[in-house]
Amino acid sequence: MNFPILSAITFIPLIGALFVFLTRSERDEKNSGAIYISIFTSIVNFFIILFVWYSIDKTTSDFQFIEEYNWISGFIKFKFGIDGISILFILLTAFIIPICIFSCINSVKTRLKEFLIALLVLETFIIGVFCSLDLVIFYLFFEAGLIPMFLIIGIWGGPRKVYSAFKFFLFTLLGSVLMLVAIIAIYWISGTTDITEIYQTGIPSEYQYLLWLAFFSSFAVKLPMWPVHTWLPDAHVEAPTAGSVVLAAILLKMGGYGFIRFSVGMFPVASEYFTPLIFSLSTIAVIYTSLIALMQKDMKKLIAYSSVAHMGYVTIGIFTFNKQGIEGSIVQMFSHGLISAALFLSVGVLYDRTHSRLIKTYGGIVNLMPKYSFLFMIFVLGTLGLPGTSGFVGEFLVLVGVFKVNYLVAILASIGVILAAAYTLWLYKRVVFGKMENIQLKKIKDVNLSEAVILGVLSAAVLFFGFYPDPLFQTVNVSVDNLINNYNTDIQQNITLKK
Amino acid sequence: MEYAILFLPLIGALIGYVIKVFGDIYSEIVTTLFVSVAAILSIILFYNGIVYEDYGNYKIYQWIASGTFIVNASINIDPLSGIMLVVVSLVSALVHIYSIGYMSHDPDKPRFMCYLSLFTFAMFTLVVSDNFLQLFFGWEGVGLCSYLLIGFWHKKNSANNAAIKAFIVNRIGDFGFAIGIFLIFIFFGTLNYEEVFALAPNFADTEINFLGLEVNLITVTCLFLFIGAMGKSAQFFLHTWLPDAMEGPTPVSALIHAATMVTAGVFLVVRCSPIFEYSQVALNFVAIVGMITALFAASVAIAQNDIKKIIAYSTCSQLGYMFFAAGVGAYHVAIFHLFTHAFFKALLFLGSGSVIHSLNDEQDVRNMGDLWKKMPITWFAMVVGTLALTGFPFLSGFYSKDAIIEFAFLKGTNVGYFAAGIGIMTAVLTALYSWRLIFKTFHGKYNNKNLSKSEIHESGLTITIPLLLLVVGSIFSGFLFKEFLIGHDYNNFWKDSILILEKFDHSGIPLWLIVITPLFVTILIPVSFYLYIKKINVLDGIVLKYKSLYNFLLNKWYFDELYNQIIIKPTKFIGSFFWEKGDIKIIDRLGPDGISKIIKIISNKSSKFQSGYIYDYAFIMLIGLSLLLTFFIFYK
Repeated sequence: MNFPILSAITFIPLIGALFVFLTRSERDEKNSGAIYISIFTSIVNFFIILFVWYSIDKTTSDFQFIEEYNWISGFIKFKFGIDGISILFILLTAFIIPICIFSCINSVKTRLKEFLIALLVLETFIIGVFCSLDLVIFYLFFEAGLIPMFLIIGIWGGPRKVYSAFKFFLFTLLGSVLMLVAIIAIYWISGTTDITEIYQTGIPSEYQYLLWLAFFSSFAVKLPMWPVHTWLPDAHVEAPTAGSVVLAAILLKMGGYGFIRFSVGMFPVASEYFTPLIFSLSTIAVIYTSLIALMQKDMKKLIAYSSVAHMGYVTIGIFTFNKQGIEGSIVQMFSHGLISAALFLSVGVLYDRTHSRLIKTYGGIVNLMPKYSFLFMIFVLGTLGLPGTSGFVGEFLVLVGVFKVNYLVAILASIGVILAAAYTLWLYKRVVFGKMENIQLKKIKDVNLSEAVILGVLSAAVLFFGFYPDPLFQTVNVSVDNLINNYNTDIQQNITLKK
Repeated sequence: MEYAILFLPLIGALIGYVIKVFGDIYSEIVTTLFVSVAAILSIILFYNGIVYEDYGNYKIYQWIASGTFIVNASINIDPLSGIMLVVVSLVSALVHIYSIGYMSHDPDKPRFMCYLSLFTFAMFTLVVSDNFLQLFFGWEGVGLCSYLLIGFWHKKNSANNAAIKAFIVNRIGDFGFAIGIFLIFIFFGTLNYEEVFALAPNFADTEINFLGLEVNLITVTCLFLFIGAMGKSAQFFLHTWLPDAMEGPTPVSALIHAATMVTAGVFLVVRCSPIFEYSQVALNFVAIVGMITALFAASVAIAQNDIKKIIAYSTCSQLGYMFFAAGVGAYHVAIFHLFTHAFFKALLFLGSGSVIHSLNDEQDVRNMGDLWKKMPITWFAMVVGTLALTGFPFLSGFYSKDAIIEFAFLKGTNVGYFAAGIGIMTAVLTALYSWRLIFKTFHGKYNNKNLSKSEIHESGLTITIPLLLLVVGSIFSGFLFKEFLIGHDYNNFWKDSILILEKFDHSGIPLWLIVITPLFVTILIPVSFYLYIKKINVLDGIVLKYKSLYNFLLNKWYFDELYNQIIIKPTKFIGSFFWEKGDIKIIDRLGPDGISKIIKIISNKSSKFQSGYIYDYAFIMLIGLSLLLTFFIFYK
């Protein structure tokens, strides 16, 4: 067995968190030791993951870098492995977390050390989710991720933080409980919780429907889908900037990843059966939340609602079961990870200066903050899916994919693209352009070096993957092909069985 | 060379943006120089194409590859893209030079120049694309630059609103365009022009079920593509953004909203001629929309008072001409008109910019008058532009516009005859509003109270030189290229870049048709002089008599008000309704808030059971016992 590199990338942040914990400091003191350790670990981890991405075999759909240990013998194995799909999410996570750490150094004023610990622990859990090849291990990481996030919102959040934290927790827990029941059921049905084994043996189609619904309830809340999305705007509004970034950029993606890996992968028959449900909920989400976003007065809420709309495209794409749809969804998730992170950071930049998230506070800042306005513009364009940004590639492929399957859904979902232009440009106009009417803004300063670097890196990534998305496609290509093939054979078998 | 043409404006924009730290002048020089070089190269390329048939396709790199969805970024040089490159780069270079003078007092010059160069790059990618997705890239790219440039003076609220309006109305068009692209990909399996066009004849009679309707595949595809073209080229229903777009600086109006970007819709239809030719329904639709727009916009232009809005509506109207030319199958004539129109309309815009510049940003023609002695070069340029626009004999507009009317007539169908009639009517209106503009601006009495007449002076060299160059273009571009682009041997030039299934028979043109339009427009010069200068009260009488009609035209057929009532207000209402009623009142109240409330109520109620009094407990026990007894008595 080779070096357990997946365990390494998963637990390096945890070890970093331990060291941060050991640094000594007073409660609200700026603890440079903690800062350096967390930056160092997260960046080292990012480069290791970059190396893993580079060295992963992109010509096979098999799981790679597999690690297997017995945990509870005969029952639960600790099994890790990744394929082309999961590595992209791991990469995204490892890219976003250092950015969060950089951004929180200046903006988190209280208990910075604990905040850094929470972020690093969260990174471990999230990467664990994407590495797990055993349902129980997956469930553990999936649920454990809630705890640091709950604390981030509940401790460092805004005035209504307790309400939002509980709302967040209640919603997600509700779904997860059902998923746990389903996992236990799967163990009784197939005698194992090893995902690769389940892929091979398959689950009898008569069980698939209920199991699918149970997993669906968990992922739908996580993603979130309409109508269980209402926790997201509240959580975002109250969470500190770094919390919002992690939440939007990565935590939501666990839902989409779950749909691809589990719903489509393990329950193909049920997935096909429930496609109309997904399509209708997602289409409603796209239009409904876009319209709501149009009317928001709070910048973070607006972005949160736009996230829901964008995740609507993701679910539509996954359940087209064709190449363009699924690859589009994956690219869309990746790009949304970059863009939403950048948007929340942009709002954070303004919030740090004026302590207001309300749109009407601002206006006319372009002359005082030209660099900021320029970067913010790129992210706004990414959100509305302008060709040349990563947002376009994913969105367009999803729409191509769904157009193959269902004209009506495609056309309705395309309306979301018009609305996205309306709410983002209107937001930008009200915040950046116009006359400066608020006197407090007169002294507002442009982005400082660290903010400029963070946003600059993100905007470079958005543009790079807009013009050259090929690395993403090459990574997922074979895995997606395999997913679709398996899906199609299972559906065919089921049809012949019925006859 | 192809690569140089495409990327020079982009590089110019980037260097120009960086170099501004050394001074504004460097940005101006760099961007102008790069675009000018691109313009010269484009002309060489065009010349090589004509003389040596030096056409080709150059792949830059693979942009998107997902399964069978493979799209390259490439440069496709053929006669159509060649002539478009010349138009775009020439006008762009002149506008760059002009802007140095026009924007000289603006603190944000470098940004302006970079946007212009960036726009040129986006327009080039649109033109040289060899597939629909790169076309879409350029399409949205020019939309973005248009958005940025309309809202360039971002302190003005009206400019910002106009910019957003332009982008969103275009997005509505793009929505249709995207659906057209989806349809092409689903049925043709590729987005490459060459492959799609080769397959088009096979699908000529394919019926598909689209949203429950049995429709012809080619027809529905073309109609959706055309919605995109309508948005970009400001055709009827989606035209409302163009007049508002005049909030941008005048060089922008000349480059983007007259000569290049707005003609992208025409370019799209012509580029897709191998598909459109297989759907008579779609072609008729194109022709009818073009006719309506031509007449509608000309009628509105007559009543406007803002000098730029008059020209904007005129652009809208001329685009209508191009569309009905394409709609009757005369694609080469449409492009010919696009070509000549680019010169004279850019000339008119830049000329009006010169006037506005000299009058300290005054745009209302009622506040002008008698400027011709003060600004002789501008006056001369504007008159030439107007003559060309109205189709005065032997100027460029004469060749292209009359050709459109002739070809429409030659088509021999009802739509064709109708189009020819509308074309003549619109030409009359065009002459009226154009001469009105000239006479109101340059002749009659000087009416501006804020600025004494002696302060007015002719604009500087950077402004007048581009004007004079465009004068040359407006005079000669028609005469020189007529034979070449629309003559008998038009195919020698166009090769395979356009497809015309039904050849036009030139033998049957009646003489009256050739003579009638030039005759009208010539007669109308003295007539409008009489109406607008000599006897102003005649016109006032007419206005008073038909007050409601005048208001109808003045308010642009009330389109903005209508859209505000039926689209914008309901959208906002639904948005807040979903938010306040849907999310907060229904989902949250029945969901988390409701559940926690119920739990609270239940626990409050149940805590009352534990009162601590013995008799309470005894009472409850008694009730329980009697309930149990009742149960057993009845069910056992």
